[in-house]
Amino acid sequence: MADFLQLLISGLATGAIYALAAIGFTLLWQTSQTINFAQGEFVMLPAFFALVAMTWLGLPFAVAVVIAIVCSMLVLGLMFKVVVVQPLIKQGVLPLVISTIALSVLLKEGVKDVYSAEAQPFPTLFPDVTLSVAGVAVSLAQVGVLVVAFGTIVALQWFLGATRIGRQMQATAQNPTVARILGVPVERMILYTFLINAVLAAMASILISPIYLAKFSNGESLGLAAFVAAIVGGFNQVRGAIVGGLLIGVVDNLAAAYVSTSYRQAVPLILLVAIILFRPQGLLGRREERAV
Amino acid sequence: MISPRLAWLLVALGALMLVLAPIDLTGIGIPYPGLKRYGTYIMTLWLVTAIAAMGVNLIVGYAGLETLAQAAFVGIGAYVTALMVKAGWPFGLAFLASGVAAFAVGIMLGFPALRVRKHYLAFVTLAFSVLAWLVFRNEQWLTGGVMGIGDISRPTLFGHTLRRHVDFYWFVLAITAVLTFALWWIIRSPWGRAFTALRENPIRAESLGVDVRLYTLLAFAIGSAYGGLAGSLYAPLVEFIDPNPFALGPSLLFMLMVVVGGAGRFAGPFVGAAVAVLLPEWLRFAEGFYLLIYAVLVMTMMAFCPTGIMGLAERLLPARRRPTAAATAPLLGEAKP
Amino acid sequence: MTAVLEVRDIAKSFGGVHAVQGVSFDVHEGEILGIIGPNGSGKSTLFNCILGQLAPTRGEVRIDGRNVSGKRPSELNRLGISRTFQLLQVFPQLTVRENLILAGQEHKGSRLGRLFGARDAGLGAAADRMIDFFRLGHLAHENAGGLSYGQQKLLDAAMAFMAGPRLVLLDEPAGGVNLTMLASLKERLQAINRETRATFVVIEHNMEFVMALCSRIIVLAEGRIIAEGEPAAVRRDPKVIEAYLGH
Repeated sequence: MADFLQLLISGLATGAIYALAAIGFTLLWQTSQTINFAQGEFVMLPAFFALVAMTWLGLPFAVAVVIAIVCSMLVLGLMFKVVVVQPLIKQGVLPLVISTIALSVLLKEGVKDVYSAEAQPFPTLFPDVTLSVAGVAVSLAQVGVLVVAFGTIVALQWFLGATRIGRQMQATAQNPTVARILGVPVERMILYTFLINAVLAAMASILISPIYLAKFSNGESLGLAAFVAAIVGGFNQVRGAIVGGLLIGVVDNLAAAYVSTSYRQAVPLILLVAIILFRPQGLLGRREERAV
Repeated sequence: MISPRLAWLLVALGALMLVLAPIDLTGIGIPYPGLKRYGTYIMTLWLVTAIAAMGVNLIVGYAGLETLAQAAFVGIGAYVTALMVKAGWPFGLAFLASGVAAFAVGIMLGFPALRVRKHYLAFVTLAFSVLAWLVFRNEQWLTGGVMGIGDISRPTLFGHTLRRHVDFYWFVLAITAVLTFALWWIIRSPWGRAFTALRENPIRAESLGVDVRLYTLLAFAIGSAYGGLAGSLYAPLVEFIDPNPFALGPSLLFMLMVVVGGAGRFAGPFVGAAVAVLLPEWLRFAEGFYLLIYAVLVMTMMAFCPTGIMGLAERLLPARRRPTAAATAPLLGEAKP
Repeated sequence: MTAVLEVRDIAKSFGGVHAVQGVSFDVHEGEILGIIGPNGSGKSTLFNCILGQLAPTRGEVRIDGRNVSGKRPSELNRLGISRTFQLLQVFPQLTVRENLILAGQEHKGSRLGRLFGARDAGLGAAADRMIDFFRLGHLAHENAGGLSYGQQKLLDAAMAFMAGPRLVLLDEPAGGVNLTMLASLKERLQAINRETRATFVVIEHNMEFVMALCSRIIVLAEGRIIAEGEPAAVRRDPKVIEAYLGH
């Protein structure tokens, strides 16, 4: 039982990180029909911004984290929107998908060629202390990850629900045409969405890199987890992405412990196929009437 | 565009050049020394890649569906062939079994996707791609796991072994020709028209008696079978297989290849496979940066010419209107999953 | 006269919205039946329920006395029920001729036979006749996407007749068509009706068009039939006038 609880907590911790990436993925889809196949690389890259700031420029970790977030907003937010998505949006979904696949290759190979092909240790934000609560060993790092990730999610939910800009963003996501008629500056809202996605990716990167080390190829599994989480939760729902992310984190962790380590990756995927078969709108999605 | 007669002439000329590619022609007064061993090997790899890409083109370019699992189907074909050949079965049988296996798995995979909305076929294939790779890697008793399967012997034809690169190249070239003709036949048959219809307007197609579900399955299964057949040739070509070439990444690259070549254009897969397989060999100076350059090229191309290299060529060649089954409309248009 | 199509108590709700609430009617051999009604009266939903595009909440559809509820659109089409769509539905990247061949090919021979058989599935001549009949001869080898709106409407209708259907459901065939083209469309539809004895059901907004084309009219309002009869009688019915004006 203690084992189970430990697995549950560490699963929730990684799950919360997946949720950050999945929320960004969902937001991009909603506001600009961008299925971002480079989302995993978006989570891989910011850690390297921080590493560059620390090792090449000799800056302290805290400053490096800020630099990583700012660089993400510029590169993965602004540049991604202006250089990659904007010219392609009128070409339809497939060319954009192809382009983000190419972008994932670009980011991955870029990090490998420019920085290193080796996994890099990454400093943690939290002290590596393990507490024992009622017989359950709880690592402070995991609690820290949970707190920061949930704090981010709560802040985002508050921003989307309670602020004027947030509500305008939601309106844009639900129906850009109507939003435009109502006077919402749709283009700016879409840009904000890209910036928020970049910040979420940077947060996820800084939280996950101490656990998995920073490596150019990390994006593959991270992207897959975000992707699966978004679909399992309900493709066009932020709440769905949160639930999906947590679920995938926990399932992945339990599968590694109780099923088999070599097939741990398979369990979330089987969950994905099962969801597509039996509840295609996702766990929290609404069913749509379908013709044919 | 060019007239059909000229097109046939060009195809015949191209085929002749491919047949002669590995031969030293200096003896008959043509200053062409022929391809070396490695060059012949790369050309064979290009053909094998093009076969798999043709399958993707049928699925994506003609039928308007999505697949992110072609490398997994190549893997199925490669492992089936490797295991059967090692167990002493003749290559011909292994080749057929590879195609049938990929076809059957393709049908099974298509079923769940049919129940749901458009992009879900892509999601299901993505999941399958990773699952298949896990099986290739983990089932050591069958696939050799990460150690792979080595010493896959090349087939013999009428008692003559195809161990030499040149012989195997011609063998693969002949099979490519047959498979190319078969696909061309399918695409110009009423089936091809139905595939195009389900790409352009599935609801209207259904109302005209086109069984959209069946044709979706057929397009997906035939395209996947091409992957399996390509894999069956890949195994004896490289003579050693491990799970890496059959992972999700290579599947995504197949998709890039077809779109770069020109989705919905018949020659697209050959061009796309050439860019992916042959170009890096010519751009040796770029070394590790090749993928970087390739990625930037793809992104630029999608922004300015999403119809791929063939689409660009059509635009640049003197324009003459002709009936074409190719997509100039935005692929996958507006559909929200 | 036998009923080709019998609609029995069809109802369809979306969530809490009752789009169609228990509609029943018969359509007889060779008849041209019009269905009219204000916007949102449930006409298109009713069509989609009859054609298997939507699953009705309750009720039954019979073709030649046989229950076909729950069949998919392609199965219904192969039983001889054809349709046109309110919004343009042609295949823009296929030529006019290819569009027509496609519209007939699934009715010819076996599926495997079509793979190995002739490219035009033996329908080339029939397609050419249909092209002539709808006076699209000069456009036969143009991509359908390049045609004018009215020409695409004609092609859309021609496709519905390609397989020689027993029953054709036309969803606003006159919508967006200019006056010259409209006269031509009406005259062609009546000609087909005379020649083939095919039965038509037409949804239409254009009153002139529907009054001139149809022999009998059903009026829907808020998902129910409020009037039924000959065009002249329906036009004078106070309930009908009220439904249109009151909306």
